Amino acid sequence: MELVCPAGSLPALKAAVDNGADAVYIGFRDATNARHFAGLNFNDSKADQALEHARRHNVRLFVAINTYPQPHNWSAWQTAVDRAAHLGVDALIVADLGVLDYARERHPQLALHLSVQGSATNAAALSFYQRRFDIRRAVLPRVLSLSQVQQLSAVSPVDLEVFGFGSLCIMAEGRCHLSSYVTAESPNTCGACSPASAVRWQETASGRESRLNGVLIDRFKAGENAGYPTLCKGRFKVEEQTYHALEEPTSLNTLALIPQLAEIGIKAIKIEGRQRSPAYVAQVVSVWREALDHYHNAGECFTPRREWFDTLSRVSEGSQTTFGAYSRPWQ
Amino acid sequence: MQLSLGPIFYYWPRQQVEDFYHQALASPADIVYLGETVCPKRREVHPSEWLEMAAPLAEAGKQVVLSTLALIESRADLATLRKLCDQSGCLMEANDMAAVELLSERNLPFVAGPSINIYNSASLRVLQQAGMMRWVMPVELSRHTLQGILEEVQQFGLAQQVQTEIFSYGHLPLAYSARCFTARNRNLPKDDCQLSCLDYPDGIPVHTRENTSLFTLNGIQTLSGDIHNLLAEYHDMAAIGVDILRISPNSSNTFQVLEQFDRIRRGETLSNQLIASDQGAATFCNGYWYGKPGMDFT
Repeated sequence: MELVCPAGSLPALKAAVDNGADAVYIGFRDATNARHFAGLNFNDSKADQALEHARRHNVRLFVAINTYPQPHNWSAWQTAVDRAAHLGVDALIVADLGVLDYARERHPQLALHLSVQGSATNAAALSFYQRRFDIRRAVLPRVLSLSQVQQLSAVSPVDLEVFGFGSLCIMAEGRCHLSSYVTAESPNTCGACSPASAVRWQETASGRESRLNGVLIDRFKAGENAGYPTLCKGRFKVEEQTYHALEEPTSLNTLALIPQLAEIGIKAIKIEGRQRSPAYVAQVVSVWREALDHYHNAGECFTPRREWFDTLSRVSEGSQTTFGAYSRPWQ
Repeated sequence: MQLSLGPIFYYWPRQQVEDFYHQALASPADIVYLGETVCPKRREVHPSEWLEMAAPLAEAGKQVVLSTLALIESRADLATLRKLCDQSGCLMEANDMAAVELLSERNLPFVAGPSINIYNSASLRVLQQAGMMRWVMPVELSRHTLQGILEEVQQFGLAQQVQTEIFSYGHLPLAYSARCFTARNRNLPKDDCQLSCLDYPDGIPVHTRENTSLFTLNGIQTLSGDIHNLLAEYHDMAAIGVDILRISPNSSNTFQVLEQFDRIRRGETLSNQLIASDQGAATFCNGYWYGKPGMDFT
């Protein structure tokens, strides 16, 4: 399985390449990608350097152009597709039907991957994208159980990539508007979920409070781990109970599922986290490289090492990890 | 403009569904969407029975549209969808790209529901070529974006071929998950949810710890806490080329709301307060229309 790693900056890209990535995915420095954060991503010269570094180490480079343009900014997505094509990257990761159409028409030779933001969770949806746009690969939303992934893999018209590690989206990606409902900015429209510009931290008599555009997301007692106020991970009141109504702060970790994922024919594992530091990328990529190599050598005798989990837990949200939707009881 | 009744998002007992569509017969709705769009486990009305329920509506002159699931995950979900596409014989609403594919394979026209991502005219054109005859704008888009898309649709010469429908009243469908939040609220696993959604005919309200209304839980679906209300934008929507306004059903006052949209259509002047008084303590939002946070109200 190909190890596909995130890079939000040139140092992060180098960290991914040096620690064993098979492919690295990046975004341009604008709203055309789903990690549109201040100070992140690649301008032309940095993208050139990224490609050169990746090529030198025989690592593939993908560009995510995976948000949804609107009439007033459509041309920025066209420009991004053209830039990526002229750079000569190995694939574009795209979600929007119009952008897919443009990329396929204008650059017929370009490999296209359907982004997780394209929200294709079944064989018929994948077939639509394959027939219309000749996509080579699709990244699956984090909503399928392992047995559903297996069923899909058996009949999928394209190669499948699944998420292995990182922040856990619990909604079908590309079809979640929670963030824009509260802040006006969403992953689809702006490449940002619960954007940092809307976050406020306040120390109050009843504890530390996190707010998103003024809306109270969580309140922490002294000593409690105060996580980033992502909307789906807040504590809210439902029928007089206050709890994490949607999900707790946690990260996805499918390291222990490597043998199953390989056996059912998954072609690539994606590590989430273009917004993360080069140090984070180095740590996570090196653990996954070691685990995949171990599986390659040990096959059925694969046993995950304790220190891998320790390393990954230390860098996880709320210091805990989950199989997420892969595990039916989680659902 | 025409008025439509959207699909019922919630899980109601069969009798309540029958009563609802019986009431719809004499309502001013021109178009009625029916079918399960949220959870395949909801079988008070079996997938094949929706059409029987639709027959009197069609006889009463309503256009009937069969809506389909927004999140298709299992082989069984896909098989059910395939069967509906083969047998329905009426116009269908695709809420997942799976339905788009199956309907376009069969050369059947379809409506693209609000969970099909059409954010620009290039996307709209791809789907029009696949057989889309009507689109429901994704709920997070603004008037500004709508106007831009409709201008381009005009330039492409597609205005006569594609109708535009706007989600105009009701709790906004905001997200879909693998997880069932209603079962979670009861500490039940999804596979043994005991059909808990039946106990919440309008979903479960979620508030912040400061009692601000935030979301509504409805099985795997998350809706807005406030009610999106574009009644006041009626004439503006007509002016920029909207064809259909969708009213999303709730268990209490759907037909009064429809009535009020109809009264505006007939030239009466109404204020938002009128609807507010019917809805009790409900608060309204319309921020998305103005390009603001969806929960804002202008």
